[in-house]
This record gives sequence, structure tokens and C-alpha cells, in this order.
Amino acid sequence: MGLLNLLFPERRTSAVIARERLKIVLAHERASRDAPDFLPVLQRELLDVIGRYVEIRGDMIRVNLGRSGDTSLLEINVELDRAAVKPAKNGAAEDGKATAPKIDPGTATPWVKPS
Amino acid sequence: MVGKVIVLTSGKGGVGKTTSAAAIAAGLALRGHRTVVIDFDVGLRNLDLIMGCERRVVFDFINVINGDAKLNQALIKDKRSDNLYIFPTSQTRDKDALKRDGVERVLNELKESFDYIVCDSPAGIEHGAITALYFADSAVIVTNPEVSSVRDSDRIIGILASKSRRAEFNLEPVAVHLLLSRYSPERVRKGEMLTVEDVKEILSIPLLGVIPESESVLKASNTGTPVVFDEESPAGRAYHDAVARFLGEQRELRFLQPERRSFFRALFGRA
Repeated sequence: MGLLNLLFPERRTSAVIARERLKIVLAHERASRDAPDFLPVLQRELLDVIGRYVEIRGDMIRVNLGRSGDTSLLEINVELDRAAVKPAKNGAAEDGKATAPKIDPGTATPWVKPS
Repeated sequence: MVGKVIVLTSGKGGVGKTTSAAAIAAGLALRGHRTVVIDFDVGLRNLDLIMGCERRVVFDFINVINGDAKLNQALIKDKRSDNLYIFPTSQTRDKDALKRDGVERVLNELKESFDYIVCDSPAGIEHGAITALYFADSAVIVTNPEVSSVRDSDRIIGILASKSRRAEFNLEPVAVHLLLSRYSPERVRKGEMLTVEDVKEILSIPLLGVIPESESVLKASNTGTPVVFDEESPAGRAYHDAVARFLGEQRELRFLQPERRSFFRALFGRA
């Protein structure tokens, strides 16, 4: 059978393309459907915390609960836009206890409010 | 008597839910089971037309829920089978008129006198569709071999598993069946259409039947006769098979091969 498949590979008919597209899109949708309810909340809270220090938009953070063998894997991806650090006065670092990263005012990217 | 509630649902519109609800209800009745088929598509009543009883509608589902009519005033007895009743919906524009507790009360009353209560769901995943599937014991997922229909079916299967009454109360899950309709063996052969195996594998639910694309379905709806009453029709016979499988019989799948066109038919251009 393997040799046959090798000699006569399945034609890329439109039905084969439909099947492959469906498998991919449904794998994604099922994963997000079965995701625990806390993920969106976790994502929002992480966004709040990180947003106190650096400029970040909602689409720059992705939280996924995956599985790798027997272990569950909480995967958090934060994408930073050239580390646009907010001025310390806007952040939680204001009280002096938390240390905000020291930025040379000459080189720091000015904080621009997102459009 | 404790009747079973079967919902015909799909997510996507136009895949053949009402045709299938009419055919399966009539098929169950022809096999001697007392069956009622209910239209849940409030505001877009159509089951009455498909069943051919549109001129006999006096009271409807919403009238009964609101207590304006008794159940036996609203039920329409089918003229072809003594075991078959039609329960039409209302043409009101108030989609939320189907209150869940009212629906439950009516279904419980129907369960006392019917073996099967076939619910024809509206398309979509809004209030009406959720109400139609909420009380289901079994679900027939009507799917066309086409990407958007398969995707929406997958979505509806997920909703049945999480939002139905059986899911909410941790009861035995709704028994879900796949009914693949508008199947064209000829186009499958040419690689232009998903195969039965493709759809079965992707949705991974048991297959109840495959209904071939057939001219007899339009003819049946033109005349208001469920297609199972057409003994000649491949679609009608495929629905009979599906009903038999639903009742636990083993039946081979039919109509999966392209019809052979005879030389003379090909010559004279008749399909």
C-alpha cells in the first residue's frame, strides 16, 4: 500500500484541499472552545500589569493552555514593540518600592499613546 | 409512555433540516411509532408547507406556551399517517417568545402521548436554536459535504456537549448522529466534493445516513409531501434507511456510487 501511495500520490483535488483546510481550522477552534474559562481573564490581568511598565496592546499578548506529553503547558507570549517603556510616573513604580527600569532619557523611545 | 426528544440541527441554514425533520418524522410514523414534529423556527414557519398542512394551521406553539390554546387544539393530524402529528410554530417576530420553562412544559405533555418528538431547529446558534436543542435526548446533525456546513456542524456538536440540559445536569450525553445530505456521488468521484469518510472522520460522530442529492426532494416540497412517501425516490429510500438505523437496525449504505447512465438516456440527454 505504501508503495502504491508513493507511485500514485493522492491528487490535489479541491475536495482534498477542503478536507485539509477543515482539519486545520477545526483543530484551532476546538482547542479554543475547550480552553478553561480563566484564560481570557488571566490574559486581561497580565495585560494590565505589563501595561503599567511598557506600552502594550491587547493583541500583543497570547495565553494558551497546551499539552506536552503528560504535562499541561501554560504558554504566555508577550510581544513588545521595541520595548516602549512608559515614563515611571504613570506606573506602579511611582511609590519607589518597585524599581522601574532605568532608562536614559536620551535614548528611550517616547511613550506615544496608541491610536 | 415517555417519548424521546430528537432535534434536527445544523448551525448552517439551507442544508435540509426541515426536509429531514419532515422525512424522519414521517418515516418513524410509517414504522408505527406515534410521532409529532415541532417547528422551532419562530417567525419563519415552514414545516407546515413541507408537511402540506399550511391551510390547517389555527393555533401554534407560542399560543400553547402562553396558555391561549390547548395542545390538542394546535396539533395537526397528518392526512397520510394516523401516527403523525404536526405542531406548527408562530409567525410572530418576537424571537424570544419561546421561553424555556414553557417549552419544557409542552414537551413534557407531548412525552406522555408520543414515542418521538422531532424538533426542527432554526439555523444559527441564537436563542431559538439553543432552545430547540436544549431538551434533546438525541440529535441529528444535518450536514452538507461542504466546508462551511461541516464547520458549523462541529460548532453545534460542541454546543450540544456543553449547553444542553443533559450536559448541564451531568446526565448521559445527547446521542449525536450525522446525517449527510445533498451528497453527489458523481462529484465525489471527480474529487469535487468531500467524501462520506472525510466528513465522518472530521466530525467523528456516528453516521446515521447519507441522503443523495435528488430531484425528488424539490418535487416533494412543491407538493407538501415528505419525501419518504415517494417510493421511487433515492432520497426517500435513504431517509427510510436512516430511520431504520436510528431504531437500531443494521443497514448498508446505499446510493454512494454514481448512477450508471444508460446509453439511450445519455443519447437523449435525460439525467
